[in-house]
Amino acid sequence: MNFPGLPLLLQSIVSGILMGGVYSLVAIGLTLIFGVMQIINFAHGSLMMLGMFTTYWLYVLMGVDPYLSLLFSIPICFVLGLLIERFLITPVLDAPAHNQLLLTLGLSLFIENLALFLWSPNFRTLDIPYLQTAVTVGTVMISFPKLVAFFFALLLTAFLYYFLKNTDLGKAIRAASMEREGALTVGINLRWVYCLAFGIGTACVGAAGTLSAPFFYVNPSVGGIFVITAYVVVVFGGMGNFIGALVGGLIIGVAESVGAAFFPGQLKKFIIYFIFILILLFKPEGIFGRRSE
Amino acid sequence: MLSIKDLDVHYDDVQVLHGVTMEVRATEIVTIVGANGAGKTTLLKTITSIHRSSKGQIWFEGERIDHLSPHHIVDRGLIRIPEGRKIFPTMSVLENLELGSYLPKAKALRSESMGKVFDLFPRLRERTRQLAGTLSGGEQQMLAIGRGLMTLPRLLMLDEPSLGIAPLLVREIFRTIREVNHQGTTLLLVEQNVFNALDMAHRGYVLENGKIVLQGEAHDLLGNEYIKESYLGI
Repeated sequence: MNFPGLPLLLQSIVSGILMGGVYSLVAIGLTLIFGVMQIINFAHGSLMMLGMFTTYWLYVLMGVDPYLSLLFSIPICFVLGLLIERFLITPVLDAPAHNQLLLTLGLSLFIENLALFLWSPNFRTLDIPYLQTAVTVGTVMISFPKLVAFFFALLLTAFLYYFLKNTDLGKAIRAASMEREGALTVGINLRWVYCLAFGIGTACVGAAGTLSAPFFYVNPSVGGIFVITAYVVVVFGGMGNFIGALVGGLIIGVAESVGAAFFPGQLKKFIIYFIFILILLFKPEGIFGRRSE
Repeated sequence: MLSIKDLDVHYDDVQVLHGVTMEVRATEIVTIVGANGAGKTTLLKTITSIHRSSKGQIWFEGERIDHLSPHHIVDRGLIRIPEGRKIFPTMSVLENLELGSYLPKAKALRSESMGKVFDLFPRLRERTRQLAGTLSGGEQQMLAIGRGLMTLPRLLMLDEPSLGIAPLLVREIFRTIREVNHQGTTLLLVEQNVFNALDMAHRGYVLENGKIVLQGEAHDLLGNEYIKESYLGI
């Protein structure tokens, strides 16, 4: 174990919070789908990878700025989510949980292998000079693309929160997640709400993909790196809990980053899995409780 | 208004309803009474398309509705207030009522309907900002009825509105239900509280093990020897 000095600790905390914003966005997509449909989407990571590749190819082939490609990756992933729900998830909605789990896992393998076939397993990066810049505040160095990712992740989260809290459609989604039968009795079309929730969840993770592409590598299996952490965040914040996923993402981001400062490289995820196990053992409903939103 | 013909319903291999035939006419209060597990809730869920029948037909205002989706049934004004209330616990009273008027027709009259609901249940007006899950059982039932009324029901089906509620509030809720009927809404009331239900209704059906074993004017049923013995304990 290393004992980092104060500057390193500060640096870790700041980096962790910035990274946490992206984790939050990924986890919000996951927790929204779980909250509404009670389905754990194992294809979430592959869908994030598709968001990253959308941004990558738009830049490489057409010179589209990576942040501008949010305007493409969000609707593309949203529609993709709608289609996946409609044609793959709807048929297994009433099936036992393990069937649903195997289906989304199968979908994930399919998407990743298709990506391997089409785009090879090579690690690719966006080679744009302005993405290499950083801002320095005191001793803390803030990478520009991470700062932008954090800003957009929070912006999208705030936008989604407003939608869920204040629009009729958003309220219908929340209603369906807290009380299915009640939702049916007021005339909410549950099949449409499920479709929509899956679409929004996928759009979230697609946006997170786009926002990560400027500071991470892009390859077919990259989604798993973010999404495994996002599962920890979802459990930590309470499955189906929006605010839990938001705050949890930031906390887990900091835990990971500070963990990396204390422990050698191979053990950098040690702290978050340790937290994961503690939560499962002692507070399985999550820090913020299940589905309070 | 509502007419059910020879309805069979199965849960997997178990048959729950056997050839149920019944009718509700406009402006009536009709009650279905019977013991726990007789199939009363299943019948209401089948009418609202949450369960599918395996045989028989359901007609509402001259149209066959047993193939429609649940939200289309609601849109036609056939509204069920489920047993156990099923309100949205972490939403405010106001939001619950707003969601009652989720469909376009009901939404157009949202504020007007809300005024009527508050006139019927002044307690809800005092608690618009409160989270629904923190209301008492009786208040939750009022909210569930209020939410149902927001959908502009033509036929309102109430499943066990008195279940688990303090007696004083039961009286208030029954009084309100009667008031709703006076204002022109047809009611189908499912109850284990046989005396109260028959006392209020115009006609009644007795459901036992998924079959209708008795039917008639509510007043006659109250005087019926079999009902007195089996359900009223007199």
